Amino acid sequence: MIEPNRLAAGGRIDRGRPLGFTFDGKSYAGFAGDTLASALLANGVRPVARSFKHHRPRGIVGSGVEEPNALVQLGSGARTLPNYLATQVELFDGLEARSVNAWPSAAFDARALQGLLSRFMPPGFYYKTFTWPSWMWPFYERQLRRAGGFGVAPSEPDPDRYDKTNSHCDVLVVGAGPAGLSAALEAGRAGARVILVDEQQEMGGSLLGSRVKIDGAPASSWLDSTLAQLREMPEVRLLSRATAFGYYDHNFVAALERVTDHLGPVEGPTPRQRIWRIRARQVVLAAGAIERPLVFPNNDRPGVMLASAVSTYVNRYAVSPGRRVVVFTNNDSAYRAALDLADAGSEVVAVADLRPDPKGRLVDEARRRGIELLAGHTVVEVKDRNGVEAVGLMQHDGTSAFGGTRWTECDLLAMSGGWNPTLSLYSQSGGRPVFDELRACFVPGPSTQAERSAGACNGEFTLRGCLSQGHAAGAGAAAAAGFGDGRAAAAVPDVDDGKEGRTRAYWIAPGAKPVGRSGKSFVDFQTDTTAVDISIAAREGYESIEHVKRYTTLGMGTDQGKLGAVNGVGALAGMLGASIPEVGTTTFRQPYSPVTYGAIAGREVGELFDPVRKTPMHEWHAEAGAEFENVGQWKRPLYYPQPGESMQDAVDRECLAVRRSVGILDASTLGKIDVKGPDAAKLLNRVYVNGWTRLGVGRCRYGFMLGEDGMILDDGVTARLAERHFLMHTTTSGAASVMSWLERWLQTEWPDLRVHLTSVTDHWATVSINGPNARRVVAKICHDVDLSNQTFPFMSVRHGEVAGAPARIFRISFAGELSYEVNVDANYGRRVWEAVVSAGEEFGVTPYGTEAMHVLRAEKGYVIVGQDTDGSNTPDDMGVGRMVSARKDFLGKRSLTRPDTLREDRKQLVGLLTDGGEVLPEGGQIVEDPSARLPVPMLGHVTSSYYSATLGRPIALAVVKGGRAREGETLHVPLADGRSIRARVASPVFYDPSGERQNVE
Amino acid sequence: MSSNTARRQSPLAAFMSRAEDDEAVGPAGVVISERPYLGHLNLRGDPADGEFMGAVERTLGFALPAAPNTVFCGEEVLALWLGPDEWLIITPQDGQGAVEDALNAALEGAVASVTDVTGGQTVINISGRNARDALDKGCTLDLHPRAFGERQCAQTLVAGVGVTLRWVDDTPSFDLVVRRSFAEHLALWLRDAALEYGAAVG
Repeated sequence: MIEPNRLAAGGRIDRGRPLGFTFDGKSYAGFAGDTLASALLANGVRPVARSFKHHRPRGIVGSGVEEPNALVQLGSGARTLPNYLATQVELFDGLEARSVNAWPSAAFDARALQGLLSRFMPPGFYYKTFTWPSWMWPFYERQLRRAGGFGVAPSEPDPDRYDKTNSHCDVLVVGAGPAGLSAALEAGRAGARVILVDEQQEMGGSLLGSRVKIDGAPASSWLDSTLAQLREMPEVRLLSRATAFGYYDHNFVAALERVTDHLGPVEGPTPRQRIWRIRARQVVLAAGAIERPLVFPNNDRPGVMLASAVSTYVNRYAVSPGRRVVVFTNNDSAYRAALDLADAGSEVVAVADLRPDPKGRLVDEARRRGIELLAGHTVVEVKDRNGVEAVGLMQHDGTSAFGGTRWTECDLLAMSGGWNPTLSLYSQSGGRPVFDELRACFVPGPSTQAERSAGACNGEFTLRGCLSQGHAAGAGAAAAAGFGDGRAAAAVPDVDDGKEGRTRAYWIAPGAKPVGRSGKSFVDFQTDTTAVDISIAAREGYESIEHVKRYTTLGMGTDQGKLGAVNGVGALAGMLGASIPEVGTTTFRQPYSPVTYGAIAGREVGELFDPVRKTPMHEWHAEAGAEFENVGQWKRPLYYPQPGESMQDAVDRECLAVRRSVGILDASTLGKIDVKGPDAAKLLNRVYVNGWTRLGVGRCRYGFMLGEDGMILDDGVTARLAERHFLMHTTTSGAASVMSWLERWLQTEWPDLRVHLTSVTDHWATVSINGPNARRVVAKICHDVDLSNQTFPFMSVRHGEVAGAPARIFRISFAGELSYEVNVDANYGRRVWEAVVSAGEEFGVTPYGTEAMHVLRAEKGYVIVGQDTDGSNTPDDMGVGRMVSARKDFLGKRSLTRPDTLREDRKQLVGLLTDGGEVLPEGGQIVEDPSARLPVPMLGHVTSSYYSATLGRPIALAVVKGGRAREGETLHVPLADGRSIRARVASPVFYDPSGERQNVE
Repeated sequence: MSSNTARRQSPLAAFMSRAEDDEAVGPAGVVISERPYLGHLNLRGDPADGEFMGAVERTLGFALPAAPNTVFCGEEVLALWLGPDEWLIITPQDGQGAVEDALNAALEGAVASVTDVTGGQTVINISGRNARDALDKGCTLDLHPRAFGERQCAQTLVAGVGVTLRWVDDTPSFDLVVRRSFAEHLALWLRDAALEYGAAVG
């Protein structure tokens, strides 16, 4: 395949490695080292995209992150990637790319007709048009969403791997152009830990696309030797293909590294992209500058390019973007493009310089080379057919063009409106850019974090200046981080930049007709914002640049106005008769360039999404076929289905086994806190509603703790193991917060209490053996504890050996049955569990899960904090007001006598019984009269609801206003489908109200 | 208890036996292993209380580290600073009982507490030339030798799991003391983080 625009020699491409790729379905060839953009230009592909609003054909304008037009969709299927910049996509063999916002292709776009309607689409069109009538909005929105946006997100799960990592350094250098490399070199030599991030595949920045000489040799030899020195330094990390996209507080900078994007789809453990979360003592910003376009009629035609991009394509990629070229500029730098093109064999027809009297070394050189220089000239029109064909040039007087139009045929217009320092990260760090009249650009103002700018991003546009600022910044940053004396150790290399003339800003190039009367003059290519749009906004009274931005969409594309924003500011200032500092800039936000969600998620996907906690018996449960549920981060068996069983079947079977014989539950997740010290009982007295001082050693007591608002915070059984030693049980999900709650009081309010708390949740594995045969099972594997009711009564604790392991045995029950909770060192948990299972075999011991546990406790009317309570319930609301001690003070006590907590019609815990077989939905609202007029007064809601196999009927717990006094009343639970279930208010204790079963012999 | 030790299970027992089935993935930049069954004792007491500090020093044979986030490595027993009045004592396998008894005897009557948390914790070791690269993915602390080295420990989160991290040597090698219930998740995460460098388990 022939690449018509490829130069015969030069460039940094590898001509030994030809690559094939497709664009919009057509096959092309390129070389390793090409970007998609350089390869498309080499192949003479002109329109590569359609514009957002008007669907105008667009070509490549830039050569890097600033590119506004050449957005492409890469790959297909699950791996497709939307909105990549062709100028940043490295070519690989087999690359598939399509233009976005164009169908079927950029060259022929069916929606281009929209462009003909553009005069009917002024700024604010959507606000003005689609707001009325409001009931039509859902329809409008659907249409607008279809028309808006670029590219298509994949609908399948992302097959690629992404990662994140943390890194720390003394000096972070952003940008590996001449300034950044010099800074890294100095900081590295001073001994600092340095990270140098650069977004391109090769480090070197502007040097890669220019023919300047350093120390009398081509810049590439300085580049090679500098990189070699940096690679030798063990504490310097070089990250290429990494974009620093966000600067946050505390010198925290995030960078996205594209690890394998340039290789195409890759299998294996290497991530496609990686986010670096960098915490730097000092930051050197050396982010470079982006060339400004000029604003003139039809400045968006394919073939109008930034002059610096033209130089880059010629020098770095050996591609000549045009044969007959006109250069249009307001500064000297564009003359480099003219010289580069001339040396590459193109014909430079003319340089139209907006300045009346351009002078400088490059200007002189262009003159000497015989390039026609048209000073004081402007471009008033561009003729095109799928690309530039001719430009109309006129003289101007500073505000408008005059004289005759000189039509000049050309296929490339290289433009330069001056340079914008890249201030995104500086601005994100909290800095406020200031406008520099002399250099006609915004530059960094004072630093608000430990950062400094060097080189072009600091408004320094000479190579010598960039190198010397880089050295100074690197040495200074290293010194600020504690390395070296701040003086540059190395001599700044010798560069002869020559004298350059001043840039003269023309935010809108003077035209032949007033703005709006000629072709569209684009300020922001990506969002299709024109000079007319800004003037309309100004006429309609918009003065704040932030408002104009949102009204005209200036700078709101994926490029955040990298090219257009400053021209927009300048244009608005002119229209308002204000100065640029008065207008100011819009806010730069993270990310600097788009970041995929995959990279943000990293490895927090699938089984690594969130930490998982497992009990020592987990594998046994899994082998037994348990279905698990998440309780906080814990995995708990929900039920153990046997073949052919539904969940309800299994839960019924498990419940009946506990009531009739014996079941075992893994209760290891319950929170356990060791409370030790002379004041342990005093602490418990202060945090629980009931009293603890008289609890005997070896005895257990159930308690509620309240928040300061008097509402139930947690509950559990606490045992006195010794005079000064208690073991507190908390709920599974409340364990950590109860620990913090207690520590908070101990550390901040009661430092005088001599108590130590230690979490022992994980240390103890807990096997809970429940049912009338529980004693018989435990007796088979525990021989040193008398298990009888007389010597080991309910609510007490004994020490002994169970299945050979030292154990604490608690006689406490959440099922209301004869129960032993065996606690052993968790390393022995599984073995003791297995011993209980084999000991219980003859009794049909049944492992049961949390669902059966819930049913069993609901039958007994035991509440679950967090399910039957919601942070708005007092002990009295839950029917346990009698537990509250009147003789002592405790947290929350005073709140219990507030008028609101004493109201008679507070929601109280009740039982609900339905007549039919229907199980009430949990969360169902309870009303007196379901046919009452809206809004129907709500009395409360169902908090727990199950089918009870033991009772042969559904049961439910609920909170109901004045519920206890309503016992026997029939209330209603309306359903989503319009029906309503009748429910009779009953005692919440449905089973064994006298509690005999936990004391069976 | 030693006659029973054959049937105990460390927190990573299941993870380790599953990992044995995995195919090796090239030369390992990271090696992940468990140090199971070490004794873990949580010790609380006031460092300003000379009697407490003296009693502990006589019992352990060394003084408790007083500087935050530091470790004292005795011949057999380690003491890690966890807080202004809290230390983690790590003993050799099955050594916790004797140390606990000795400390309790020495601290009789003092306002101090010794709590056995052996079953509730384990130690995961991660070593190899890329160990730091793998840890960095989930740990926001600076683990560079200039910032975290000999005798240092830190309590932090690794991949959302609370750990006490301890520098072991310059291999580099780090010990992560982790709660039992989180141990398998942390090990899974570490192995995943290490995959791109070549990960070996065991």
